[in-house]
Amino acid sequence: MSKKLNVIGTPIPKIDAGIRITGKAVYGQDVKLPGMLHGAILRAEYPCAEFTIDVSAARKLPGVIAVITADDIDCNNISYKKDHPILKKGEVNCIRDEIAAVAAESKEIAERAIKLIKVKYKEKKGIYDPFDALKPNAPLVNKYLKDSKFAKNISDIFFYEHGNLEEQKKKSAVIISKRFVLPRVTHCCMATSNITADYSSVTKRLTLYSSTQVPFLYQRDMAHALKMNASDIRVIQVVIGGGFGSKLDMYPFEPIAAILSIKTGKPVQIIFDREEEFIASPTRQNMVIDLIAGADKNGKFTFRDVTIVKDNGAFTSWGATTPFVMMQTFSSLYQMPACRFESKAVYTNNISAGSFRGYGNPQAAFAIESCIDLMADKLGMDKAEIRLLNANYAGEITGQGMHYDTCGHIEALKTVIEKSDLRNTNKETLRNTNKYESTNKEKETVNTDSYIRKNPYFVDNVDRYKRGVGIASMMHVGGGAKIYRSDGCGTTLKLDDYGHLTLITGSSEIGQGSETVLAMMASEELTIPMNKIKVINTDTDVKPWDVGVHASRTSFVAGNSVLGAVKKLKEKLNQKAAVLLKCTIENLIYENEEIKNSDGSNSVRIEKVVREMHFGGQNELCTVNHFYEPTSDFQDKQFKGNVSGTYAFAAQSAEVEVDTYTGNIKVLNIHVAQDVGKVLNPLNIMGQIEGGVLTGVGYGISEELIMENGRVLNPNFHNYKMLTASDVPDIHFYPIETNDSLGPYGAKGMAEAPLIPTAAAIANAVADAIGVRIYSLPITPEKVLKAIKEKTD
Amino acid sequence: MSKKKKLVVQNVEVTFILNGKKVTKQIRPSLLLIDFIRDELSLAGTKPGCLEGECGACSVLIDGAAVNSCMYLAINIHGKNLTTIEGLSDVNGLDPVQDSMIKHGAVQCGFCSSGMTMSIKSMQIKYKKDKKKPSKEEIKKGLEGNLCRCTGYVKIIEAAEAVINKVK
Ligand code: FES
Ligand code: FES
Repeated sequence: MSKKLNVIGTPIPKIDAGIRITGKAVYGQDVKLPGMLHGAILRAEYPCAEFTIDVSAARKLPGVIAVITADDIDCNNISYKKDHPILKKGEVNCIRDEIAAVAAESKEIAERAIKLIKVKYKEKKGIYDPFDALKPNAPLVNKYLKDSKFAKNISDIFFYEHGNLEEQKKKSAVIISKRFVLPRVTHCCMATSNITADYSSVTKRLTLYSSTQVPFLYQRDMAHALKMNASDIRVIQVVIGGGFGSKLDMYPFEPIAAILSIKTGKPVQIIFDREEEFIASPTRQNMVIDLIAGADKNGKFTFRDVTIVKDNGAFTSWGATTPFVMMQTFSSLYQMPACRFESKAVYTNNISAGSFRGYGNPQAAFAIESCIDLMADKLGMDKAEIRLLNANYAGEITGQGMHYDTCGHIEALKTVIEKSDLRNTNKETLRNTNKYESTNKEKETVNTDSYIRKNPYFVDNVDRYKRGVGIASMMHVGGGAKIYRSDGCGTTLKLDDYGHLTLITGSSEIGQGSETVLAMMASEELTIPMNKIKVINTDTDVKPWDVGVHASRTSFVAGNSVLGAVKKLKEKLNQKAAVLLKCTIENLIYENEEIKNSDGSNSVRIEKVVREMHFGGQNELCTVNHFYEPTSDFQDKQFKGNVSGTYAFAAQSAEVEVDTYTGNIKVLNIHVAQDVGKVLNPLNIMGQIEGGVLTGVGYGISEELIMENGRVLNPNFHNYKMLTASDVPDIHFYPIETNDSLGPYGAKGMAEAPLIPTAAAIANAVADAIGVRIYSLPITPEKVLKAIKEKTD
Repeated sequence: MSKKKKLVVQNVEVTFILNGKKVTKQIRPSLLLIDFIRDELSLAGTKPGCLEGECGACSVLIDGAAVNSCMYLAINIHGKNLTTIEGLSDVNGLDPVQDSMIKHGAVQCGFCSSGMTMSIKSMQIKYKKDKKKPSKEEIKKGLEGNLCRCTGYVKIIEAAEAVINKVK
């Protein structure tokens, strides 16, 4: 890209930060409508039971306006597989099952009414292990799944293969076969789930104040659930207090609020409390991965044979499609001659899993990268060398048919290898200081040893504290992912008579900064300053269609959509400007809100051009519409094809220190080298990197939603260990700019990537430090101590 | 059902300074400060993240020190000075802490931001009074009670360091 950029690439703070930092942003928790009622939901007391219900006492409580059970509604089932009844009738299949709901004049009354509902349960033996659910004599967990082509208790199967597995096995000098166990973790959005539904019995239209990430799919899903016309449903997105994939599906509480509003004719609001959020909002897919992987005597990878069993929970969400993404990683992260991949999503009476930033790839990375280290050990090879030897490269077409037109994998690996001093780590002696180049280009000296030195038992500490370094890579779609019939995004631009631009985008802001980046693109092209650009992106009645926030697609897809719209807007402006400037339409220059003729001798303000268009003889407004659909393909039945417009690559290295007395892991440094195509906004991108990495560290060492017999044992922040400011390692970011020809200014999607390889790198670092490997996440102190003990015994 | 005894609870009068202005209100003795602030004073910037004292989203300043308003009875505000996020900025602009948060890119979804800002403000006041410059570790410690899922805390720590120690 030869053009000099003035806005793109500069660290512009988020344009919506001001309202968020002053308490003025309206989150779902802050919506207040006249006459609004408060809804509450009664959930199951047992994870697997038959029940009868009596709501008469609740109905009589003063202040209660409506009480509903399955008998009171006529709705379609919801969810990705339409296997999820909104309210359950006669039997419950997991602890979050909704069996009744109340709308009342206050939260307190609604909660009291819930307590007055009498339920008699007949408990049944549930299935909490997906392997048990696969046994022939297992009872059927979900009886709502229709027309399934799979065996009992299987919600979904993905099967994929390329290459000749048997031949590659014969070529292999080393074959590693291991089982990896991945935990259930949850999003911990700081704002709990919320919805305010407002049905008008006059217009027969429903307005939803929602935190959805996918407003147009949500509108369609809601319409299907309620048997309404989708156009009669208006989705207004409130300011969203965290998404991370959790809001990719519609959950029962949302149609429940709508039904209560329809029944009462009043707005109804449902807000989860934190415990309810832990129990009844989605989780990352927990799973067991059996990976057999081989390499020849030179360390060239030969094959991967992958079998995955995922705990689907009682119902199926979009998250069931995570294998679609995981198979891309297994088949195509590092050059891979042959791959066989099979995954089953299995129903159990556990809470159901959803989708979560990274979409299966943190799990895949953990298995793959652990195996690579094991192979290197067996072959006596260097861990960096084996990765570089097999790294993906630009121009590669993978076995799955993905085209890596640009690819920063090798550079990413080289960068983290160099920065983390992988080869020279002296694990026995403490280094005095580690100097690292930080991304904001200032030199930073990090003295990670000071706290050890202050320790009075210092002399012992050399033995006590073991350091290790680990690396891991990732590949993730970087230009959307064609999984829905359209993966596009619409933009409407409106230039007003004063030269201010209104940018109406189909995409959604969930805190990631898309609003700012899109405005920056328009500002760059039109030279209109940022403070004269308004972004409208929250109302399905106003904004054009977009598939939603997922697959790290917004900068790429919505960005390209904005650029397409700007092009059309300029064509319009140019025609008028050429007349006003009495020059030809070619080579007009945009500068400082002016349009200039090609030699710069004559100019006119953009706003003047708009006014001439509007009030001059032409009487036209300066508005345009554009819809951008990525050039990616649908994959065929065998899942082959170029599924994304482009692909993002990254490598991370983790440096950890393990306290062999307590088992505690301190993550000291994470080096992130990521092919982002092009840095659009360095401030924003760092925020995404740091946030992603820390969530990845949590996945690696501390977070797990613990379940026992279908119940969540730690539904609070006290026992669910989200990391705090004190746990933050030094995060070093090295952007790699490969300038993708399809990306806006060369950019690729980047926001999911930073959390994908982190846990895998930490696991490798821990193995490096203590000399034993742990095959399940999170790597807790208990697991570390047990592993050390087993090694010494 | 046993005969319900209607328990009449007397409201209590509290007088306190709210964001610089003296206020007198009648409140239920059991009312939590967060509900008082959000529902009765209609100041929605104080956020309910957990209502269990674990996340810090509800932090406000009482006499200059950050407190989780979900763990504090509203009646105890009597005679005290309460500052919410709405009281930090005024018509003349943002508080330096807010400004620092924005400039350092410390705000993503923003749900934790009010609470974070109050915790930083509280530290700023304390260290100014003690005429001390906190270390990075001390700043991290001071933020431990505030959870954030979006930012990974790095930018928040930087924003805090910059505004408290007046470094760039
Ligand atoms: S809401 Fe008060 S600490 Fe979380
Ligand atoms: S910015 Fe979203 S939780 Fe902190």
